[in-house]
Amino acid sequence: MFDPLWKLALGLLTGIVFGILLQKGRVAKFHVIVGQFLFRDWTVVKVMGTAVVVGAVGIYALLPTEAVSLHIKPLVWLGVVAGGVCFGIGMAIFGYCPGTSVAASGEGRRDAMVGVLGMLLGAGLYVVFYPQLSGILKTWGDAGKITLPEWTSTSPWLWVGGLCLMAVSAFAFSTRGSSGASQRLQKDAR
Amino acid sequence: MKIQACLVASILLWPVAPAQAASKLPSPYPYPEPAWTPYLVGALIGLLVLSTLALAGKKIGASSAYSDAAGMLGRLIAPKHIASLPYYRNSKPMIGWTFTIVLGVILGSFLAAWTGGELTGTFLQDLWVARFGTDSAGLRTFVAIVGGALMAFGARMAGGCTSGHGISGTLQLAVSSWIAVICFFIGGIAAAILMYRV
Repeated sequence: MFDPLWKLALGLLTGIVFGILLQKGRVAKFHVIVGQFLFRDWTVVKVMGTAVVVGAVGIYALLPTEAVSLHIKPLVWLGVVAGGVCFGIGMAIFGYCPGTSVAASGEGRRDAMVGVLGMLLGAGLYVVFYPQLSGILKTWGDAGKITLPEWTSTSPWLWVGGLCLMAVSAFAFSTRGSSGASQRLQKDAR
Repeated sequence: MKIQACLVASILLWPVAPAQAASKLPSPYPYPEPAWTPYLVGALIGLLVLSTLALAGKKIGASSAYSDAAGMLGRLIAPKHIASLPYYRNSKPMIGWTFTIVLGVILGSFLAAWTGGELTGTFLQDLWVARFGTDSAGLRTFVAIVGGALMAFGARMAGGCTSGHGISGTLQLAVSSWIAVICFFIGGIAAAILMYRV
């Protein structure tokens, strides 16, 4: 039941690296997170997108070697949809997410620390109402721990390839937009 | 403007009095560029999730640490009541993998901010002040608590947060995670537009 000490030490180390990355990537900032939802700042999508592409290529390349195995959550329809929307609303009005709120607290931002107290409250409320909720959340069915390739009976590489293609085109689109603007600026400067 | 403000107030359940109309907010905000490019940070996070999956058979998450912490705090006050809660029968509140990650994130972010000279003690962030004014500390406290509570509650309903579903789950191509992320953005975009654009 208890995690062995080496795993907890690895968890702490992973957290430290994750915290450094969140801080240096500036995703643990109020204006970056709210700005993403307002389509003013695309840092969150860039960080998440790159992480997903790199991780997806890596995990599906390593899967046949049995060095890694999949650890996914079941698709409890109502829970995921209603919980997801509730999470999004909370994230936008708080301005941080569960990982970035503690990163922002580490930076010294006191509004994030207050929100962490709110999160403890919300998590506690869920625990209290869990017996009633767990049944309701399954009323839309539970599709189990499935992946997109399993769901559609296609090759995972079709999905990984599609993700890579999407990422590359999104990158090309975003850099073309900004370099175009800077060329115009240079012209104006001349 | 009055009707819209009433709409926001009735939907989000608190009295909103924007200091500035949304159209007058500075755009784009004059903030410095990221310290590290988001693509480098993203790639390193992807590799980090891969290595924890390979080394420990665990993924990176954050939200379940809050229910563990709430349970451990509750145990200090009412140990018998906490032990009787069905949620904690399945997952005992203790210092586990995700909890150590959250502790590490605080430490890592502190170290990064310290070495980068970015330690701060601000309560009201610039974007908030631009919208709600400098005398909105009470509103911010209320919003942070309500928002944090909604978010943690939603994360437990959905089974993960931006880390567990948004990064670790989507990169494994889990259907639940992709649907969760789409819903995160639907909720987030709607709430942000109501708060900052209306």
